[in-house]
Amino acid sequence: MIPDDLLYTRTHEWLKQEGETALIGITHFAQEQLGDLTFIELPAPGDTIEAGEEMGTIESVKAASEIYAPVDGDVLEINEDLESSPELVNEDPYGEGWLIRIRPSGDLDDLLSPSEYADLVESETE
Amino acid sequence: MPYIPHTTDQVRRMLDVVGVDSMEALFENIPASMRPKSFDLPEGLSEDAVLNKLSAIADMNETGKASFLGAGFYDHFQPRAVRALVSRSEFYTAYTPYQAEASQGTLQAIFEFQTAICRLFEMDCANASAYDGGTAIFEACMMAIRKTKRSKIIIDEALSPIYRRMLDTMTSSLDIEAVIVPHANGTSDKAALAAAIDKDTAAVVVQNPNFFGVVEDFSDLAAVARENKALTIMSVYPVLASVLKTPGSMGADIVVGEGQSLGLPLSFGGPYLGLMTCTKALVRQLPGRIAGRTEDKQGRTGYVLTLQAREQHIRRAKATSNICSNQALCALMAHVQMCMLGPVGLRRQAVLSMELARYAQARLTAVHGVEMLNDAPYGNEFAITLPLPADKVVAALAQQGVAAGFPLGRYYKGLENALLVATTDKNTAEQIDRLAAGLKEAL
Repeated sequence: MIPDDLLYTRTHEWLKQEGETALIGITHFAQEQLGDLTFIELPAPGDTIEAGEEMGTIESVKAASEIYAPVDGDVLEINEDLESSPELVNEDPYGEGWLIRIRPSGDLDDLLSPSEYADLVESETE
Repeated sequence: MPYIPHTTDQVRRMLDVVGVDSMEALFENIPASMRPKSFDLPEGLSEDAVLNKLSAIADMNETGKASFLGAGFYDHFQPRAVRALVSRSEFYTAYTPYQAEASQGTLQAIFEFQTAICRLFEMDCANASAYDGGTAIFEACMMAIRKTKRSKIIIDEALSPIYRRMLDTMTSSLDIEAVIVPHANGTSDKAALAAAIDKDTAAVVVQNPNFFGVVEDFSDLAAVARENKALTIMSVYPVLASVLKTPGSMGADIVVGEGQSLGLPLSFGGPYLGLMTCTKALVRQLPGRIAGRTEDKQGRTGYVLTLQAREQHIRRAKATSNICSNQALCALMAHVQMCMLGPVGLRRQAVLSMELARYAQARLTAVHGVEMLNDAPYGNEFAITLPLPADKVVAALAQQGVAAGFPLGRYYKGLENALLVATTDKNTAEQIDRLAAGLKEAL
């Protein structure tokens, strides 16, 4: 469950480039580790995010975790369906469960390729 | 008998095992400068002698005075059954009710307490209580600061000075700007409060009735706060909340209160009970325990502590608050009190308290030189001005077995001659007549 058209972070976020903008979400592995999600707090459209800095919080039945920004950028849109249905992230982390759309202003070079991320997941599951 | 069971011989043998030759040597690693020079304790006494001594001290208390002391704490009638019920060992000895599988009764009681407080304040969510009304205000301010990401708090000077002092202390090392808006002769200066709200304001903090007993409608103020994306925090007196316009209907975002008046006795400063409620939008910022009702796999009702992900045992430094306890037994007492009285009984208690205040006002202002501080509407408490300093008058009346009220000069400069007088359903017309007669004599 590691799509090969995305870029990844070491903290289990994914980023999908779509022209000038990019979608951000959390990976299948991350949602599986968290368990059933109960609440997702996201930045607001208009906010700026900074690579490696906290941009939101995900609560599951057993934990609360921070979501980190994969790159610098401006938040254009948030997935409003998550407010009432956070389980979309569990069901479809790379599709309906996307978190925010941004306009990246920073470099994407530091992000992991699908194969690098696959290695990371493997090392974390060992 | 000292409460140390070891004999000299046993102590010496223990020191031998450790390899030191005296108690003094055992503690020599602690520098002398860091050790107490003396514990300043009297010689030991027998248990009997201690009991005699303590009961002699207790006998010095003057109980049974006719009391008109309020100022945030009120002596309402408590049905005898309340104490009997909360004294059941299941409730009285219960510790942390985290484990739903072992604590259904306690969790259900907390859930029902929360429900009752929500209904009383007309708010969406309540926690299982905070330590006292002042702690609840502090936590409410912290909620507003987290939610709005702003750091300015506008505070009505007619908010209880006790709470303001607590806020000062609790926020002294935090980066918070507190703006105090002066009261207007005992009323809340709502225009000035509204004018003080700006784009940096996290919350405006008010009280109803305010510290002077004045009943306010803060609806317009709450609207101004909302326009500025600031929150309205309201502290209310729960018994009167049963008859006054509710804080929820005024548009308050966070409503707190001192729950003592709901069936807890006045006993020299506590224990008290912090009531804490908020709108649904803020529930994840609400600190402390929250009991929720759910269903198990077979569809049977069960109660659990919910929204745990906000808490420090899960979120560590990012927890909503480091409050991890509540006043469970006091909350239960308040809940049983509310159940015993019912909504009608609670309203009768409020109305009777207010009617007696009107009788008291008539009798007291009939005394030459006694006037109302202002002509604002009030609940069961009102401020009068006297031709003499109020603390002197209070001292004189204490000699006659009457606790006349709270001298406002203790907290408000310029109001040295003002006295705050409260009545509850436990006062009688005869007591009020005694107060009026005593006042006449003292002046």
